[in-house]
Amino acid sequence: MSDNQTGLAPNAANNNRRFSKKIKMQVSTTDKLISVAIYIVFSLFAFICVYPFYSIIINTISANDLSAKGEIVFLPKGIHFQNYIDVFKIPGLWNAFVISLGRTVIGTLLTVGASAFLGFMFAQEDMWGKKFWYRFTIITMFFNAGIIPWYLTMRSLHLTNNFLAYILPSIVAPFFIILVKTFVESTPKELQQAASIDGAGTFTIFYKVILPISKPILATVAIFSAVNQWNSFQDTLLLVTDSKLYSLQFILYNYINQASSLSTMVNLQNAGSTAIASLSTKQTTTSIRMTVTIIVVAPILLVYPIFQRFFVKGIIIGAVKG
Amino acid sequence: MRIHSMRSNSIRKFLYISPFMVLLAIFAYYPLYGWVYAFFDYMPPIPLSQAPFVGLRWFRSLVENQVKVDQLLQVIKNTFGMSGLSILFSWLPMIFAIFLTEIKAVRFRKFIQTVTTLPNFISWVLVYSLAFSMFSSEGVVNGFLSQIGLIDSPVLFLQNSDHVWITMWIWATWKTLGWSAILYIAAIMSIDESLYEAAYVDGATRMQVIRHVVLPSMLPTYFVLLMLQIASFLNNGLEQYFVFQNAFNKDTIQVLDLYVYNLAMGGGSYSVSVAISMLKSLISVVLLFSVNGLSKMLRGEGIV
Repeated sequence: MSDNQTGLAPNAANNNRRFSKKIKMQVSTTDKLISVAIYIVFSLFAFICVYPFYSIIINTISANDLSAKGEIVFLPKGIHFQNYIDVFKIPGLWNAFVISLGRTVIGTLLTVGASAFLGFMFAQEDMWGKKFWYRFTIITMFFNAGIIPWYLTMRSLHLTNNFLAYILPSIVAPFFIILVKTFVESTPKELQQAASIDGAGTFTIFYKVILPISKPILATVAIFSAVNQWNSFQDTLLLVTDSKLYSLQFILYNYINQASSLSTMVNLQNAGSTAIASLSTKQTTTSIRMTVTIIVVAPILLVYPIFQRFFVKGIIIGAVKG
Repeated sequence: MRIHSMRSNSIRKFLYISPFMVLLAIFAYYPLYGWVYAFFDYMPPIPLSQAPFVGLRWFRSLVENQVKVDQLLQVIKNTFGMSGLSILFSWLPMIFAIFLTEIKAVRFRKFIQTVTTLPNFISWVLVYSLAFSMFSSEGVVNGFLSQIGLIDSPVLFLQNSDHVWITMWIWATWKTLGWSAILYIAAIMSIDESLYEAAYVDGATRMQVIRHVVLPSMLPTYFVLLMLQIASFLNNGLEQYFVFQNAFNKDTIQVLDLYVYNLAMGGGSYSVSVAISMLKSLISVVLLFSVNGLSKMLRGEGIV
């Protein structure tokens, strides 16, 4: 991104810069109207995408009674940070944080390792039954038994209330394998051949040649995988009843639900009465719910701007193949 | 001798990946064994080995038991409604990409793209949490509306049983629109510059360029994505509908995936649930093959 280009930002839309040197463009009124409409619509949509996050952040640092009444709309009022200290006093939240972090770190490491190795191996010409095993892997993207059969068989393998249930099923990930395989196939064959002539075995080639050159695609896989692990909710829902293994996502869901049933109850009992709306218990549900929301979403918000280009690269490589 | 060693080498390579194939067999293929529950009268905690074999009873109950038929019809209606809506508007990401790339201010365009892609990376639980903070009775929107005096009592957006299909579609669109557009943006970026130049030399207006240059170059991508979407018609997923489900909207929000979940985990009817699951998976495979065949017929290559 060069800064001098953006200097002419507002009017540049009227001016197709790409061709302005060669052809003097006739800017008709319709074209101008289209430009204005495009700017307005996209700005609105961007606002809709950002505002919910912004709103919750300013609510968590505003006075809790005001935020419970929904009075914090554009700017924070009565700024304080007590919520972020108090929220970790809730029994189970710190534990859930550790579980979510643990599954993200361990799961991502294993998934990246396995995807790198399998992507590399499926790019080999001379593996026994290569075509069959590759199909065996890829088909699972399009076909599954269904969640209840999955739940029943996982239970029979004693993977309920077991931390391994968060890790093991995601290790072999067909989509990531495709990404790595496509990448490895695009690298010069000579690299591997040269190493092989020097007497390097499969593992040495993988470790010394493939891993170093695959860093960009492995970064993409790592980010995707970490986001998946952090966001995962369904496996806790189906397989875990032991609160020590609850993930942050699951805890957040429980808090919203409590708040939901509470507010519904209050609303049905005292329709329209604002005196009841400032009940202290109700306030804390709102502030706790919002603060936990920010804690759950914070890692994504922090990581996202830095890694956005990896996401984009990943989906494009995946699409070329898929 | 040489051939022998090459062969043993290729088998050794297979042995290296075999542990992973075992993992895959356990977590992606073994669950198919769970389908046997559909042929038994399974009532936990009695183990499957002691449950009576009932043959096709559960499958027959899906068409014979009137209560179940009505329920299932409603669920299928919801599934078709929600999947239908998203297929009906499947061109939105393409339009989004076209007009986004029309923005010539690079920094503004990058900003829009970054910001609109963000919601794709948060979980449905978080989406629900945002929705709740915005639209619950004490949420920001109700607070704002009552502040400016438009309403006296809060509008119950989330407990509403009307328009559930549309609100679910809106949330899904909010979450995925920016992300889905990326593929099309990549397609637009790879259009040959000379095509544009030729069009402008011929005196084409902006809309004409979009119609005759940009749009045609994206249709192949659109076609493939549409086919994949049709193939997964029955697989709406569980999470979105599960988190947004409540006592008020239950009838109109239950898609097949959620219904199957509620039957088993809520009602304990594992066997019926597995039977429906099984039919769903089989129909999905048939759909995938048909769509793949259609694609081969129309464009000479499959989609998978």
